Amino acid sequence: MKVLEEVGRGTTGFLEYTGGIASLSADAATFIGRMRIRFSETIAQAYFLGVQSTTIVLLTSLFTGMVISLESANQANSFGVSNLVGGAVAYVSSRELGPMLTAVVVAGRAGAAIAAELGSMVVTEQVEALEALGLSPTQILVVPRLIAMMTMLPILTIFADIIAIVGGMYLAKVVAGIPYGEFVQSVREYSAFDDYMKGLLKAVVFGFIIVIVGCYQGFRTRNGAAGVGKSTTGAVVISIILIFISNFIMSFALFGTRPAD
Amino acid sequence: MSLAFIDNASLSFGNKVVLRRCSLEIKEGAITCLIGLSGAGKSTVLRLLNGLRMPDVGRVTVMGVDLMTLSKRDLIDFRQRIGFAFQFSALFDSMTVGDNVALPLREHTRLSKTDIDRIVNRTLDSVGLLQAREQMPAELSGGMLKRAGFARAVVNNPRLVLYDEPTTGLDPIITHVLTDTIKRLRQQLDGTAVVVSHDLDSIYAMGDYIAMLFEGAIIEYGTVEEVRRSVNPIVQQFLQGSEVGPIPI
Repeated sequence: MKVLEEVGRGTTGFLEYTGGIASLSADAATFIGRMRIRFSETIAQAYFLGVQSTTIVLLTSLFTGMVISLESANQANSFGVSNLVGGAVAYVSSRELGPMLTAVVVAGRAGAAIAAELGSMVVTEQVEALEALGLSPTQILVVPRLIAMMTMLPILTIFADIIAIVGGMYLAKVVAGIPYGEFVQSVREYSAFDDYMKGLLKAVVFGFIIVIVGCYQGFRTRNGAAGVGKSTTGAVVISIILIFISNFIMSFALFGTRPAD
Repeated sequence: MSLAFIDNASLSFGNKVVLRRCSLEIKEGAITCLIGLSGAGKSTVLRLLNGLRMPDVGRVTVMGVDLMTLSKRDLIDFRQRIGFAFQFSALFDSMTVGDNVALPLREHTRLSKTDIDRIVNRTLDSVGLLQAREQMPAELSGGMLKRAGFARAVVNNPRLVLYDEPTTGLDPIITHVLTDTIKRLRQQLDGTAVVVSHDLDSIYAMGDYIAMLFEGAIIEYGTVEEVRRSVNPIVQQFLQGSEVGPIPI
């Protein structure tokens, strides 16, 4: 009986959470559809969520590109297929690691910041004050962050793709003596423009997930400072899980039926 | 004449019953003070009056509008007609005091920047905070924060202003200043105020009517003098601050 109760409670909680996320998304979409957007706040958020995440994204992408190159360059050399290394780095970065790692890093930094900021505003009654002043917290707090993140995450992903390839190219030269020209030729030959575009589409979806989950977690904060900490952790964990799940679904839908080039 | 009614409102949060068939009338042009034990539901009643909470059953009518019939968007618009001063001020900590006070005017009116500046200055002056206009909320004392919250609540001349524990945790001098400020603002606006407070001296000084909430229902309502003379032992125990009586400690 207790097990059934637990299952029931878990199911109710899941449905409540999913409904809350859907409702917040619909509310935000309505404001965006009506062009009720606060542009100055959106630019400020783009700076905070996007520009200020650049260094950490570039660092993680640089080392990811280098490690792919490190793992593949020597092997490829020993089999006499060093002309594939550039393609391998570009292929993996553009389709999977570029968008996903960028999203995970940004979820850790910006997603946590969103949940913490909104959670603090909830416990200090600032969100309720917005409502009391006849203002919509969704319009004021969610919409600018959503537009900023859905714009900035693809841009960060472009930078991530580029720096991963550059890092990979440098390491391929240092470790396996693969000339830059050969590496670039391989990138051109084995990676498709289409892959980069689909990677950017993924980034848009990941940006949406990070902001909606961060905002929803922030809004449902209760119990003071401890609650803020809990919401922040929840925002990061749930965002990352959803990023991985949606990445699989999108990879399957976008690339799954096409054989590798 | 009545400005607002709460009619048989009941409200629960999970298993906790906050209000049970609570009814209250708010007289226009008066200051009505809500008293009661901590956790009695006073702040919830205040939130019913501007639709921040909706009762599970019952009705809330403010300025002739049944809040239960309003859509979410209409309710947001309706709240522009009601000022709310929060217990901990709830000023936006990323804005200066002046920007906090200007926010309702910037969002809901088409006034020019010059006009908004003039109104903000006048409102801040009326609560004695003109010099703090460019300061951030974190730089203000408790009493100044409360007054800044008052200024934001009244800047767009609402007909009804709700004050949630405006004097809690402040020294007697600041309490006196805030009590006077509430009275003066009500007169300036020629409006109506509802004040939740535990501070009986303040209530006697500023209130026209008192309603006492106990276990989720209004058990006493009348003018200040009527309530002070109440024969209800619960009311008398509360007013005298006595440990002895029917209120369970």
